[in-house]
Amino acid sequence: MITKKDVEHVAKLARLALTEEEKEKYTSQFSDILDYFNQLREVNTENVEPMAQPVPMQNVMREDKVELPFIRDEILMNAPLEENGYFKVPKISEEG
Amino acid sequence: MPATKLCFHTVKDLRKALLNREISAVELVDASYKRIEEVEDNVQAFISLTKDLAYKTAKEVDERIKINADIPPLAGIPIAVKDVICTKGYTTTGGSKILENFVPPYNATVAKKLEENMIPIIGKANLDEFAMGSSNENSAFSIAKNPWNFKMVPGGSSGGSAVAVSSGETVISLGTDTGGSIRLPASFCGVVGMKPTYGRVSRFGLMAYASSLDQIGPFGRCVEDVALTLQAISGYDNMDSTSINIPVPDYSATLHHDIKGLRIGVISEMLGEGTNPEVKEAILNSIKIYENLGAKIEEISIPHNQYAIATYYIIAMAEASANLARYDGVKYGHRSKDAKNIMDMYMNSRAEGFGDEVKRRIMLGTYTLSSGYYDAYYKKAQQVRALIKKDFDKAWEKVDLLISPTCPTTAFEIGSKISDPLSMYLMDIGTITANLAGIPGISLPCGFDSANLPIGIQLTGPVLSEEIMLRAAYNFEQSTDFHKANPAI
Repeated sequence: MITKKDVEHVAKLARLALTEEEKEKYTSQFSDILDYFNQLREVNTENVEPMAQPVPMQNVMREDKVELPFIRDEILMNAPLEENGYFKVPKISEEG
Repeated sequence: MPATKLCFHTVKDLRKALLNREISAVELVDASYKRIEEVEDNVQAFISLTKDLAYKTAKEVDERIKINADIPPLAGIPIAVKDVICTKGYTTTGGSKILENFVPPYNATVAKKLEENMIPIIGKANLDEFAMGSSNENSAFSIAKNPWNFKMVPGGSSGGSAVAVSSGETVISLGTDTGGSIRLPASFCGVVGMKPTYGRVSRFGLMAYASSLDQIGPFGRCVEDVALTLQAISGYDNMDSTSINIPVPDYSATLHHDIKGLRIGVISEMLGEGTNPEVKEAILNSIKIYENLGAKIEEISIPHNQYAIATYYIIAMAEASANLARYDGVKYGHRSKDAKNIMDMYMNSRAEGFGDEVKRRIMLGTYTLSSGYYDAYYKKAQQVRALIKKDFDKAWEKVDLLISPTCPTTAFEIGSKISDPLSMYLMDIGTITANLAGIPGISLPCGFDSANLPIGIQLTGPVLSEEIMLRAAYNFEQSTDFHKANPAI
């Protein structure tokens, strides 16, 4: 059973500010959806290796050579705020 | 055919006309934009148009034709590209407010391939925000409409890509398919849509939703157009670490071969109670058509099919919650004006930028990955995913391809499911198993219901079975007329 407090906790972890109305709505919707997810409990998965990728995968290496990187000015064109070639953000020192 | 309806022709016919100089590539792009003017208000297939880019490519094609130089197979053929695929210098929104003004500084590999193949990109197609949705109603900009009935959804998440092709705005299009997002709208809009094998098409430059499930694929009005488009975008890419390094066969070369003796399995779980009777009837008719074509039909069980939706949504939401952490208002995208400190900036930028369904998936994904719930949800889902894949591996010992309805219903009414997320998720029952198993799937038109809405049949097959799948689809198409019907708009 999901409570409003759970929703508030998850929203904080996910960095999402929610309105009171949203909190109520998500609390009831999440309960329904998680109930539905709980049907997986009836599946016997003893000794089943979890599957993370559909295709067998190995690490991919490339040659260690210099390639043309992105151009800084082009990257910064999408920045909400920049200064002297850096991304600019509000103060971070107060935040725990 | 009137000048605005040129995009209803096949690639083959248009190429002939281009090479015979009956029409120029610029005129073909003109026709596409004129058709868009005609129907776009009603169907809303596009988020933005890329006219400069389309005309630049078309002019290059015409230059080459003028000097009798070779042109690639799809040169000059108008295409729509789902707005979750990065196009350098052209706004790519992901259907989200958070990226409303994002101009990618690079091209996705598929966008680069379209450029190399001289395929003019007409515009960026509408979609559910970050490809999360089955109806296109989660687009932050507008709801694309089903061309067969404007009151109905076109399906999602690649709704705009399906609508652009179905309504003759473009000849072909690209979409992405994480749980059915190509095949479902193809089915609802009466066109052909294919999700290739995971890793066949590079995902570099595709905005990530659920990385172990996402795959880019083509739409077309006929199987041959889809085969040609898949050819143009497939292949190994060292920018995508999940890319398959195996040569790409010539898909259209063997389309015309017959399918005598092909073993086709019918997924028994997909023709049960949950499937609409009219859809079921169309699928049973399709099976008869395959029998007449010489295929051997056998019933096949996918015992874990009933757990596919729960498995899929747990995995997809978990991956989404990680992938969408990048939208933090720092490097690109929306930043809230209302932020005194960095935490406020994150919390408010994301709250203002993301829509309802995206928030829901990020939070549920965060929940299932969080301490105390990981084993019960995420790990459990990964285990059931392995069992679903095993079900399919077993099926391939007996049959070459599987048949099922693409969706248990035809298109539903706009607004009818949006307030009940779970009922929307259930629409994906026919399609999501292919993403979980990493296998290819195609949806093609196989009939109409009593309201004249298209019905889609789905073929799935083992990893890298695209060639035989396209051949089976082509054979079906050639012995039916469903693909020839166009919406009356």
